[in-house]
Amino acid sequence: MFGQLLASLTDGLLLGFVYGLAAMGLSLIWGVMTVINLAHGPVIAMGMFGSYFLFIQAGVNPYLALLPVASLGLVAGFLIYGTAVHWVIDAPHLSSLLATFAVNMIIIGLGTAAFTTSPHNIDYPLGALRAGDWFSVSYTRLIAAVAAVAITAGLYLFLYFTRPGKAIRAVANNRMAAELMGIPSAYILALSFGIGTMLAALAGGLIATFFPFTILSGGPYELKSFVICVLGGLGNPLGALVGGLLLGGLEGIIPTIMPVSWVPVVEFGLFVLVLLVRPTGLFGAK
Amino acid sequence: MRKPWFCVLVVLTVFGLMLSGCGKSESPPPAAKKEAKPAEKPAVAEPAKKAAGGVREVVIGFTSSQTGKLNVEATRQINGVTLWMDQVNAAGGVKLPDGTVVKFTAKYYDDESKKERVQELYTKLINTDKAEFLISPYSSPLAEAAALIAQQNNRIMLTAGAASDSTYRMGFTLIYQTYTPSSRYLTPAVDVLAKLAPGAKKVAIVHEKDKFSTDVVKALDAYAKSKGFEVVLFEGYEPGATDFAPFINKIPAGVDAIMGGGHFADTSTFARQVFEKGVKAKMVALLVAPPEPKFAELGEAALGVIGPSQWEPAAKYTPEAAKVLNVEWFGPSINDFTESYKAKFKGEVPSYHSAGGYVAGLLIQYAIAKAGSVDTQAVKKVLDGCDLATFYGRLKFDNTPQNHGLQVGHEMILTQWQKDPQGKLVNQVVYPEAFRTAPTALYPRN
Repeated sequence: MFGQLLASLTDGLLLGFVYGLAAMGLSLIWGVMTVINLAHGPVIAMGMFGSYFLFIQAGVNPYLALLPVASLGLVAGFLIYGTAVHWVIDAPHLSSLLATFAVNMIIIGLGTAAFTTSPHNIDYPLGALRAGDWFSVSYTRLIAAVAAVAITAGLYLFLYFTRPGKAIRAVANNRMAAELMGIPSAYILALSFGIGTMLAALAGGLIATFFPFTILSGGPYELKSFVICVLGGLGNPLGALVGGLLLGGLEGIIPTIMPVSWVPVVEFGLFVLVLLVRPTGLFGAK
Repeated sequence: MRKPWFCVLVVLTVFGLMLSGCGKSESPPPAAKKEAKPAEKPAVAEPAKKAAGGVREVVIGFTSSQTGKLNVEATRQINGVTLWMDQVNAAGGVKLPDGTVVKFTAKYYDDESKKERVQELYTKLINTDKAEFLISPYSSPLAEAAALIAQQNNRIMLTAGAASDSTYRMGFTLIYQTYTPSSRYLTPAVDVLAKLAPGAKKVAIVHEKDKFSTDVVKALDAYAKSKGFEVVLFEGYEPGATDFAPFINKIPAGVDAIMGGGHFADTSTFARQVFEKGVKAKMVALLVAPPEPKFAELGEAALGVIGPSQWEPAAKYTPEAAKVLNVEWFGPSINDFTESYKAKFKGEVPSYHSAGGYVAGLLIQYAIAKAGSVDTQAVKKVLDGCDLATFYGRLKFDNTPQNHGLQVGHEMILTQWQKDPQGKLVNQVVYPEAFRTAPTALYPRN
C-alpha cells in the first residue's frame, strides 16, 4: 500500500509540474491584463500538434521540438492578442471573455477540420525508472517535470532580470504609471499574452510526450488551469506551479485510496474552500 | 473603432461554432450524394407496391460520431455503411417481386459522440428526413439512446458497434444486434491465457466505467473466476480519463494478465502507460483499440497487446463453410469486401468497425429482398427468423421476448500485435485456433 501511494504520489506530482506550467500561462495573462484567456486549451492542443508534426514529419526529437513550439506559441499569442484581445482590453471582462472564446472555437473548428478528433501519438518511449516491483516512474514524466521547472526558472529570470520582464511587471502593477514612465504598454501587453500562450504551447508539447491527444485535449488542462490559478492565486506564476503540484498530487493519491469519481469532488471542494477562506489564493494574487 | 471589430468577432464565433460541429453538418456521405436524385420521396413506410415497376428510394438514417472521443471507431463504421450503399446501388438495388427496384439513400448527422444529441437527431431522421430503416450510432450508450426512438417510431434499427447485452433486454422488438454481445468479448482471452501460461492464476481488470466496458468486464470477472483464476484487481476509471498511472500502480506485482480497457482513446493511452511503466505480465488483453490499425502508432507499446475483434480480414468465413453448416450465404466474400474497401478508402485496411457498418446495411438489404417488401413488419419477420452466413461471420438473432434482437450466431476473434520477420508490427489473428494466422505470444515483459 505504501509503495502504491508513493508511486502514485510521484506520478501525480510530476504531472502536477506540467499542470502548473500550463496554468502559469493563464495566470500571467490574467496578472498583467486581467483577461481570462478561454483560448488557453486550444493553444495547449496546438503545442501538442506542433511537437507531433515536427516529430512525425521532420523526425525532430520531441524535446528539441519544444524550441520551435515555443516560438510558434509566442507568435500565436501575438496574433491572438492583436486580432482579438487588444481591441477589447479596456472593455468589461465579458468582452475579452467572448473574444477569447471566439478564438477558442475557431482554433477547435479549424483543428477538427484539419486533424479530425482521432487520437494522435508521439511514439517516443523512454522506459521507466524502477525500484523493485512496487515503484516505477516513466522517464517522459520525469523529463517533463524537469523541463517545467527549468521553464519556470527561466520565466522568473526573465521577469526579474531583463528590461522587458521588468516592464511586464511594471504594467501588471500599474499600467498608467508604466505608460507615464515611457513603457509602451500595448507592446508589453502583446508580449505578455505571447509569453502566456508560449507557456501553454510548451505544456502541450510536454504532455504530448506521454499522453495521446486530440485537438480537444487542451480542454481538461484549461479547466485544471483555472482551478490551479485560484488555488495558487490569480496572477501569481509561482502560485500556479505550486497549485499544479497540489492538484497533481491529489489526482495521484485519491484513486489509490477511494473511488476515482471522488477526484473532482475533492478538487472542486478544495477550490470552493479556497475561494471562501482565502479568495486571493494560497499564495495571494499578484 | 471597437464596434466593427466586435461584429467581426461575433461573425468569427459563429463561423467557429459551425466548423467545430456545434450545429452539425447534415450532408450525406459522398457516395450517398450521388444517389440522392429523386425529389419526390414516398411517404414513410408507404408500401412498396405503390411504386410498382419504378424505383423506390429508401432512406437509411443514422448518426455518426464524426467528432468527439468515438471518432475513430465511428468513422470506420460509417465507411462500411457507405461502401455497402455504393455497392448495392451500383448493382441495381434490390428488386422486389412486383418489379419495384429499391435503392438506398443515406441521411446522417454528427452526434459529436454525445448521447444527448442522438435522440434529437434520430427523431429528426424519422420525422423530417423520413428514414425508413435505421442504423445505430457507434457505442452502446449512443445506440441505446437511438433504440428508444426507433422503437417508439416503429422503425427497424440494426445496431453496429453496440455490443452491450443489456440493450437487448429492455423489451425492444425492432432492434437487431450485429456484434457479438459484450458478455463474450474477453472471455476467450481467459481460455487463451490458460493455454498460453498454464501456471497463470492472477488477473487484474482495469476498465472504463461505461455501459459496454462494464458489461464486458462483469462477464469476464465471472468467467475468469469460474475457470479458477484469481481477480486481484477490479478497478474502473471514468470515461475521458487520460492518466492511468494511479490504476497501473495498483496492479500487484506478479500479476499474470491485465485485461479491460474501454474505447480507443483511453485504451490506447492505457496500453502506452502500461508499457512505459514497465509492468510485467504474461498477457495484456484490451478492448476496442488493439484491432484498430491506428493502434500500431503506439509502436513498441502495441507489441504483444491482444484485442477482441468482431471480424478480421484474415478470418475464414466462406460460402463453402456455410454449406457445411447448412446455413444460407449472403453478400460479398471477405476478399471482395476487403479489396473494395481498400480501393475506396485509399488503401486503408478495414477494421471490424468497418465490417460491422457494412453488415448492418447488408442485413437490411437481405431482409428487404427476402421479404419482398420494405414494410416494417415483413422485414422484421425475416430478421427474426434469419440464420445467415456472411463475410463477417454467422448472424442469428435471439427472438425471445427476454433478449429480442441479441446476436447469438456471431463469434469473437482475438488478435495480437506481433512483429513480422522484417520487424514491422502486424496484427495477427491468434484465436480461434482454426483460422489463426500466428500462435499467441507472451506479452514482451513477462
